[in-house]
Amino acid sequence: MAIFLDASSKILVQGMTGSEGTKHTRRMIASGTNVVAGVTPGKGGQEVDGIPVFNSVGEAMAATGANVSVVFVPPKFAKAAVIEAVDAKIPLCVVITEGIPVHDTAAFFQYSQNSGATRIVGPNCPGLISPDLSNAGIIPGDITKKGRVGLVSKSGTLTYQMMFELRDLGFSTCVGIGGDPIIGTTHIDCLEAFEADPETEVIVMIGEIGGDAEERAAAFIKDNVKKPVVGYVAGFTAPEGKTMGHAGAIVSGSSGTAAAKKDALEAVGVRVGKTPSEAARLVREVLANL
Amino acid sequence: MDLYEYQAKELFAKHGVAVVPGKVCFTPDEAKAVAEEIGTTVVVKAQVKTGGRGKAGGVKLADNASDARDRAQDILGLDIKGHTVRKVLVAEAADIVAEYYVSFLLDRTNRTFLAMASVEGGVEIEEVAVNNPDALAMIRVDAIEGCTLAKAAEIADAAKFPADVRDQVIEMLQNLWKVLIEEDATLVEVNPLAKISDGRVLALDGKVSLDDNAQYRHESHLALIDDSETDPIELRAKEFDLNYVKLQGEVGIIGNGAGLVMSTLDVVAYAGEEFGGVKPANFLDIGGGASAQVMANGLDIVLGDPEVKAVFVNVFGGITACDAVANGIVQAVSMLADRGEPITKPIVCRIDGNNAAEGRRILDESGIALIERVETMDDAARRVAQLASGK
Repeated sequence: MAIFLDASSKILVQGMTGSEGTKHTRRMIASGTNVVAGVTPGKGGQEVDGIPVFNSVGEAMAATGANVSVVFVPPKFAKAAVIEAVDAKIPLCVVITEGIPVHDTAAFFQYSQNSGATRIVGPNCPGLISPDLSNAGIIPGDITKKGRVGLVSKSGTLTYQMMFELRDLGFSTCVGIGGDPIIGTTHIDCLEAFEADPETEVIVMIGEIGGDAEERAAAFIKDNVKKPVVGYVAGFTAPEGKTMGHAGAIVSGSSGTAAAKKDALEAVGVRVGKTPSEAARLVREVLANL
Repeated sequence: MDLYEYQAKELFAKHGVAVVPGKVCFTPDEAKAVAEEIGTTVVVKAQVKTGGRGKAGGVKLADNASDARDRAQDILGLDIKGHTVRKVLVAEAADIVAEYYVSFLLDRTNRTFLAMASVEGGVEIEEVAVNNPDALAMIRVDAIEGCTLAKAAEIADAAKFPADVRDQVIEMLQNLWKVLIEEDATLVEVNPLAKISDGRVLALDGKVSLDDNAQYRHESHLALIDDSETDPIELRAKEFDLNYVKLQGEVGIIGNGAGLVMSTLDVVAYAGEEFGGVKPANFLDIGGGASAQVMANGLDIVLGDPEVKAVFVNVFGGITACDAVANGIVQAVSMLADRGEPITKPIVCRIDGNNAAEGRRILDESGIALIERVETMDDAARRVAQLASGK
C-alpha cells in the first residue's frame, strides 16, 4: 500500500510534448512509472518515445485507462488544463507548474471541489512518489526505496533532503504539496491518508513559514492521528514581511511564524526537529521504540 | 507587490470605487499647486508602505495652498518605521460623519476569498477582530461565483450597515470585487470607508496587494513598481532574475530550493550562536538548474554585500547532478577572477544527492584554496559560522 499513488496508477502527462514535460516523462518512466499517454491540444496522433499523444484528457483516459494526470503546462494555460482534467473526472491531478496566478488556482480548486471527482496536488510542487511503485512529478526516483515512513512537505528540496537522510529506511509515499498560498492537497489530507495506510508506521511532516496550515494540522493530529508524527518547520530566522521564495512563505504580523507552528505541533505530541538532520534522528528514535 | 495608497486609489477609481479627488506630489511646490487646484482644505498624507502614518506625524490637514506646501515640507523626508517618505498624497479633506471598514482578501485557510466588513472603521481592524469580534463580519466569497449583488447585500447586512448607506456600500463592494478580480489582487482594503456630511460614501484610504505571478497579464502594473525603497543588492539580484532577500548578517547563503534555503538560514543562525551571534546575510535560491552562469551570478551578488565575511553554498542535487553544480562553482570562481574580481572570502560547500561523489571530487581537486568542502549541512553551517566570526 501507499497513499494516492501505487502500482496500479496509470499516468498521463499534460504538456508532454514540451521540453520539461518530455524530460520528466522520461525520468518518471526510468523510475518504473507506468506512463500511458500524453496530452497536448492539436498534437493528437503523435508519439513521444512510443507513448501516444492525445488532444484531450478525456480521449487519453478513454483510450488508455489513465487515472492520474501530471500537469507541466506553462502558467498561462494551467487553469484550462486543470479544468479539462476535472471535467474528464480524473481521480488525481498533480500540478507541477510554478508561477500560476493565485486567482486561477482559487478558481480551478473551487471547480474541483464542485465536481468532487478529482484530487489536486499542487500547484508549484514536485509531485509525489511511492518509491518502487510509481512516480508522478519531478521527485528523483533513485534517492530511496519502498519503506515505512510517510512524508508530506511544502518544499521540494527539503523533501529530497529528508528522503536522503532516511534513505536506508525507505518511504511508503512522499508527497510534495507545494508552497503556494492555495494548494489542492494539504498536510491534513496527507496525514489522514497516512493514518489509514497500513504500511506507513511513522509520518514526517515538513512545514514552513506562512499561513496556518501547520497549526491546523496540529489540531487534526490531536483528534485523528494515532501514528507517531515527527515534524520540521523551516524559516525560524525569516523576517516579517519578506517572501522567502515560495509565494506562500511570508510572515505577516504575528501569524505564520515558525515558532508558533513548532509550538502548536509540540503541544499535540509531535516531536519537532530543530534541523532536518535532527528530525531524521527523531524518526529513527521513534521507529526504534515502536 | 503592495501598492501605495495613491496607486491603490487610482485602481479604485478605474473600477468605479468612489474616492476623494487628490494627486501624488514629490515636492512641497507640487503640493502647493495641487492644493490650489483642489481649492478646499486638503489633507497631506505620507506615501509609505506601512501603517501608523498618522501617529508618526505623516498625515496633516492644511487650510490653504501655502499651508499645504509647508506640511508637505514637514512630511517629505520623514522616517516612518524605517521607510523614508519620498512622496505625499494631497487630497480634498472630507467632512467625515462615520467611519467604516471593508475588504476582500485571499483566504488561504479556506482556499477561497473572504470579505470582511465592519461599521467600526478608522481603527486597526486587527484590534476590532480581537476586542469586538461581533462587530467584524466575515463572509466567504466563492472564487467562481464572485461577489454578486446578493452576496454584496449579505456582506453589508452581516456588518449591519445603516439603511441610509446600505445601497452605496453594496455598490462599493461590487466595484471593489472588480478591482480584486480584474487587477489580480490578493487584497483590497478600504479603511476608513467614510460617510461624509453630504451623505456620500467614499474610500478615504486604500490598500491593494497585487499577485506577482499574474504580472504577465497586466502590462499596466509594471508602471506601479517603485524600487526607491528596495535594497540595492536586491535590485541587482532582480536583474539577474535571482530570488534574493537581503538580511542583516555575516554569512552569505546560496542554495537550491526555497525550503532548503530557509532551512539553511536557520541552521546557520543556530550554529552562529556558538560564535558570538553570527547570522545569515541573505536568502538566495538559485533554483533547480544551477548552471555555472547562475552560480557565478549568485556568488557575485552575495560577495557584493560588504557585510558578508564567508559564504555557504548548500546544494542538494535532486534534478541537477552534483557534478554540474560543482563545475558551476569552480567555473564561477574562475569567471570572477577573469573579470578582475577574484574571490577573497572563504566558500564552504556542502553538496549531496545525485552524483555527489563526482561533485565532491571536482571541488576537492579544483585547487581553489578558499573553497572548503564539509560533509553535512550541520557541520558546514558550524564551519562557515566560525569562519565568518574570525574565531
